[in-house]
Amino acid sequence: MAARFSVARAARQLTSSATRRQSPFVCQFQRQQVQQRLFTVSAAVREKKYTEDHEWIEAAADGKTFTLGISEYAAHNLGDVVYIELPQVDLEISAGEAIGAVESVKSASDILTPIGGTITEVNSALEEKPGNLNKDPEGESWIAKIAISGEPEGKLMSKEEYTAFTEDA
Amino acid sequence: MASKRAVQVLRPTVNGFKASSVNIQRAVKPQITTRNLSTGIVRPRKLTRVPTTQIRRASSAVPTSEGQLGRTGLYELHAKHGAKFVPFGGYEMPVQYSDLSIVDSHNWTREKASLFDVGHMVQHDFSGPGAQAFLERLTPSSLSTLSENHSTLSTLLHPETGGIVDDTVITRLPNSFYVVTNAGCREKDLAYLTEQLDGWRKEHPDQTVEWKVRDNQGLVALQGPLAATVLERVLSEQSAGALKTLYFGQCMPGTIKGTDVEVLISRGGYTGEDGFEISIPPSATEAVTQFLLDSAKDELRLAGLGARDTLRLEAGMCLYGHDLDDTTTPVEAGLSWIIGKDRRAKGGFHGDSIILQQLKKKSEGGGVTRRRVGLTVEGAPAREGAEIVNEAGEKIGNITSGCPSPTMKKNISMGYIKDGSHKSGTEVQVVVRGKKRKATVTKMPFIGSKYFKAPAPEPK
Repeated sequence: MAARFSVARAARQLTSSATRRQSPFVCQFQRQQVQQRLFTVSAAVREKKYTEDHEWIEAAADGKTFTLGISEYAAHNLGDVVYIELPQVDLEISAGEAIGAVESVKSASDILTPIGGTITEVNSALEEKPGNLNKDPEGESWIAKIAISGEPEGKLMSKEEYTAFTEDA
Repeated sequence: MASKRAVQVLRPTVNGFKASSVNIQRAVKPQITTRNLSTGIVRPRKLTRVPTTQIRRASSAVPTSEGQLGRTGLYELHAKHGAKFVPFGGYEMPVQYSDLSIVDSHNWTREKASLFDVGHMVQHDFSGPGAQAFLERLTPSSLSTLSENHSTLSTLLHPETGGIVDDTVITRLPNSFYVVTNAGCREKDLAYLTEQLDGWRKEHPDQTVEWKVRDNQGLVALQGPLAATVLERVLSEQSAGALKTLYFGQCMPGTIKGTDVEVLISRGGYTGEDGFEISIPPSATEAVTQFLLDSAKDELRLAGLGARDTLRLEAGMCLYGHDLDDTTTPVEAGLSWIIGKDRRAKGGFHGDSIILQQLKKKSEGGGVTRRRVGLTVEGAPAREGAEIVNEAGEKIGNITSGCPSPTMKKNISMGYIKDGSHKSGTEVQVVVRGKKRKATVTKMPFIGSKYFKAPAPEPK
């Protein structure tokens, strides 16, 4: 049953493209190109990144805490979200683990984390109003905050790469 | 874990829409013709109200045994309405359309009317002097007491074991039996029927049976409280009049208004609502469907497999490959009611010794070890594959279908549970993602059905 994309964890294909948080709909190519030159590869990890499993992560200013959520694309395709299972605060997690689940009318989806660490905060408001996940999945309706214990694993994509990835899907 | 990635919403492994075994190689080539049959269905000589471009034979095709996906005659119409397609039963079928979410489409069906393309299903005709006896050997239905233009739910059974090969609806037409089987079982059913018919012909050379499959014949399901109002509008005056006394479980030939197109209208469906399944000749399928949509712009919407699955689950109906399979008997599946009275007395169908024994009282060594039940589950929805456990944590069953019910706003599931725990009201637990959730065995259908029933019991 656990049909899920295998994450190519071995290959850390962290690309150098980096964008600040931006409108989910518009590709800001020019800005991206400028910023590409300003960031190093490791710094790029701090920018909002997407996984092949349709989660996003974004680093806080301290660079140690990441916020995790599901993408607009995922939320749209799941349809009406009716139930969210959030992880426990203080739970220790490893990269690649399911830390919760999103249930819509048509399917159940694990929330996978591409980073290991400790859960520091969860968006409890979603338990009361799971439907909010459809409204602002990449903003207000973030899922959890994680104090990281290592580098992210698996393939992470920039907004543009992710958009291209979902168009191919 | 019964978890799916979001993107797989677009792919075949979504719960409830699983593309079934279409790749089973067929050993024997069954007799299949695409000709129309002697059931009063004729090719249209003229079609008014629709542009000629829509009358052409649609690019429909049945799936091949090599795994090539088929398309129904309504594929292009679906695409035009923003359908999101998924592979289902060997066909590319719409799971939903761009105008409504699954929940909205579900509610629309319960409040107004929806049109489902079910042209992927397999429509058969069995005729000849041996047809009734042949089908009575394969199914536990009492076809001798089935009146003309009446239908019954039935099951094709495996010899000896009485396991269900497929569930089906059998209709007695004036000169044949019209049988509709599942798309997902196409290859399996065709191989089974071929084998069964070969055996029959050897044993009963005098009682001939002719079997034809209406390939590319259209089939649409019009479901919802406004279904009759909508259908009347596209029928000739005479057919519309006849519709008023067409009751649940009955069928009639109907003529499309302003045309010579004849369709077969069966009252019933897969949603628990009043409604019809309409079998349409290939050349007119798209035109008739468009005519229905155009005639009821405010009341009728296309609906896909997504809504069909939540609707049928609320109505407590089985989906083969999930809630029924080759190992399930009709008694275990809670379908004992389809076993005819005379069949209980005399048997004479596949698996009769096992099935009739199961029908007996426990004190007489009867009964079954597991039963299909409905469950309402707290918290997370329990979907196919989830385990049902008792207080002590022992496994006592498993879930075969489940979803959040848009109508009841509760999680509903269907599954098999150990005999003894099957009574409604029994409290059990269901394990979803490693956590036990409270669940209660609940009577099905989960919501009351709204069939258009005959005012008094009908004389047989």
